[in-house]
Amino acid sequence: MELRFTPEEIAFRDDLRRFFREKVPAEIRRKVAEGRHLDKEDIVTSQRILNAAGLATPNWPVAWGGKDWTPVQRYIFTEEMQRAAVPLPLQFNVFMVGPVIAAFGNEEQKRKFLPATANLDIWWCQGFSEPGAGSDLASLRTTAEKRDGKYVVSGQKAWTTLGQHADWIFCLVRTDKEAKKQRGISFLLIDMKTPGITVRPVVTIDGAHEVNEVFFDEVEVPAENLVGEENKGWDYAKFLLANERTGIARIGLSKQRLARAKRLARETEAGGRTLWEDTDFRRRVAEIEVGLKALEITQMRVVANQRHRDADKPDPASSILKIKGSELQQATTELLLEVAGPYALPAPDHEQPEGWNEPAVSPEWADAAAPLYFNYRKVSIYGGSNEIQRNIIAKAFLGL
Amino acid sequence: MDFDLTEEQRLLKESIDRFVADHARDPAAHAAAPSLWAGFAELGLLALPFSEEEGGIGGGPVETMIVMEAIGRGLIVEPYLSTVVLGGGFLRLGGTEAQRQEFIPQIADGSLKLAFAQLERQSRYDLHDVATTARRDGGDYVLDGRKGVVLGGDEAGLLVVTARTAGSRRDENGITLFLVDGDAQGVTRRGMPAQDGSRVAEIALDGVRVPAGRVLGEVDGGLKLASHVVDVALAALCADSLGAMEELQRVTVDYLKTRQQFGVAIGTFQALQHRAADMLVAVEQARSMAMYAAMMAEEADPGERRPAIAAAKAQVNRSGRLVGQEAVQLHGGIAMTWEYKAGHYFKRLTSNDVLFGDTDHHLRAVMETGGLVEEV
Repeated sequence: MELRFTPEEIAFRDDLRRFFREKVPAEIRRKVAEGRHLDKEDIVTSQRILNAAGLATPNWPVAWGGKDWTPVQRYIFTEEMQRAAVPLPLQFNVFMVGPVIAAFGNEEQKRKFLPATANLDIWWCQGFSEPGAGSDLASLRTTAEKRDGKYVVSGQKAWTTLGQHADWIFCLVRTDKEAKKQRGISFLLIDMKTPGITVRPVVTIDGAHEVNEVFFDEVEVPAENLVGEENKGWDYAKFLLANERTGIARIGLSKQRLARAKRLARETEAGGRTLWEDTDFRRRVAEIEVGLKALEITQMRVVANQRHRDADKPDPASSILKIKGSELQQATTELLLEVAGPYALPAPDHEQPEGWNEPAVSPEWADAAAPLYFNYRKVSIYGGSNEIQRNIIAKAFLGL
Repeated sequence: MDFDLTEEQRLLKESIDRFVADHARDPAAHAAAPSLWAGFAELGLLALPFSEEEGGIGGGPVETMIVMEAIGRGLIVEPYLSTVVLGGGFLRLGGTEAQRQEFIPQIADGSLKLAFAQLERQSRYDLHDVATTARRDGGDYVLDGRKGVVLGGDEAGLLVVTARTAGSRRDENGITLFLVDGDAQGVTRRGMPAQDGSRVAEIALDGVRVPAGRVLGEVDGGLKLASHVVDVALAALCADSLGAMEELQRVTVDYLKTRQQFGVAIGTFQALQHRAADMLVAVEQARSMAMYAAMMAEEADPGERRPAIAAAKAQVNRSGRLVGQEAVQLHGGIAMTWEYKAGHYFKRLTSNDVLFGDTDHHLRAVMETGGLVEEV
């Protein structure tokens, strides 16, 4: 049993630390650190910097730009990227559709899509959830009928994150209405410029436009855009969701937020001293730190254990990482909100009246705290809600 | 980064697990359980943490974790923590060569048990709060004071006693550790059963003469050694609680599968499934921290070791509360009975919770060291 990294792993980590801080623009990293929304441009810029260095898609097969890294190296990579507040590569491209096309697509699809997906020349969005298909995803009703060698798609997708920027959407569609729930589903790639597609913004409680509804009205999709076999889409979706869950604990991100909350608390006056000197506050920090350290070790156990497991199968422990990881992400955003205190109240993007030159009363960073807190309530809902994860644990681990 | 056991560690685990399965204590029995001490000696468990030159096996904190996890799982109440982990830890980390040569072979062969007499009426969780005095008198020290809740204190042949040789009651300096014979003149003991079925003692020290050669470590500088040995014991306690939690969680899930109400197994109810899932999450978080504690226990730098051990005990305590309380609730009335074992695991976890610092105490320690995460 050994907790420490090898000297080679430490050198690998230090190289990444330097790279992230030197190559990714400080302004983009500041936005991430403060939990502000990024422009499309920020995400594209950051991902292209990573891709130029061969670091955008380490989880892909080597033949398509992946890295032959050990699980520990992958872990270090993700952790350091999050601690440096570098935007994660667009997850729809890198962790979802990319690996699915690489694993199940044909050669033509791989050539056409993978390099452009890695470089974010194509921005993908995800068409899985529907108004009537959330946790019960397999009850989805968007249909694709085969007509004259094409699929004709009709229906509605929900919670389409950053769909407003997307060039393409990967969809789960029902191709066989007679088959049992999971069996009649196919995985289809659709160009967002195709006639019949409407994107409608959905503004969330943080006031941001992050998610959308996407409507399909008799949208014609070439048959060559089917991934793998017809009616096997559920298997590909499961493969994709398993990929999604392994990175979901986001320990590095929570560490970065927690460390930042501690620094800000040391700079924040409260009751005639600093907030950091308030033992009630510091106790809450300690509680979160303890849970975070425990989860970090749990994550390391999962990573170290991957050597003994079939690489394509996710560790069922990922449900534990999802539950605790999301709780801790929420706890750190809550902590930042508490540090901001009353200064969290003004909304960001307020206008400065002409001629007003007074120094701001509220600290500059404080207006991002509340939106971040509101926004992060989503993490225990998406990716299989925490209650679904408990169902999985009860069934898969406990045999209940 | 590696969480695997070595081949030797796997063999140790197999043998202790088999031994515990064969000798699991019936916690409901009113008669005292037959002693397993000779069996422990035969398996080499009593020689485990000592170096091979001293007649030991050369095991480290991971080996101790393996043994303590099994001890917790079997609800075993032999004084392993007080004799081998604490007593042995004091000799290993602070004993002179003469002291080690005299006592370690006796621990290893099972003929000598030790106890750490530290707690006092006012001291609660503070190791440095010591009112017991040791006055120099010629070549001896003379000890006076009262110690309580001494684990295994009534049967120990040798006591490790904290006493004040300088300074005032709560000073960190001025504490000295003494090796005191259990039957020395002036030592009187009152043994009593503890909530978890083990034995503890109150010990009165009235003018007890201890030769200077029985000082353990530095005169006036005993706190540093005591703090390290207690951290080693805390790591072991985390493993004991982990073993108890694992078994309690397993027993509870079995019960959910077999207990029928409304014509079905109660484990089919989602309200209970989710609580059982939360128990599993708590056990895994505790397992991670028990491993972390084992890997940090021998770290000599208290700046590194203290926050890690404190964080581990805080997490294990929190997990233990949840697992213990939920196990009783999910079982229902049966777990309230003395006859059924779930309640005894609950009590073991509750006892471990307050040994060498509860959750509040250790969170405060994490807080005071500045915590575990800083900006890179």
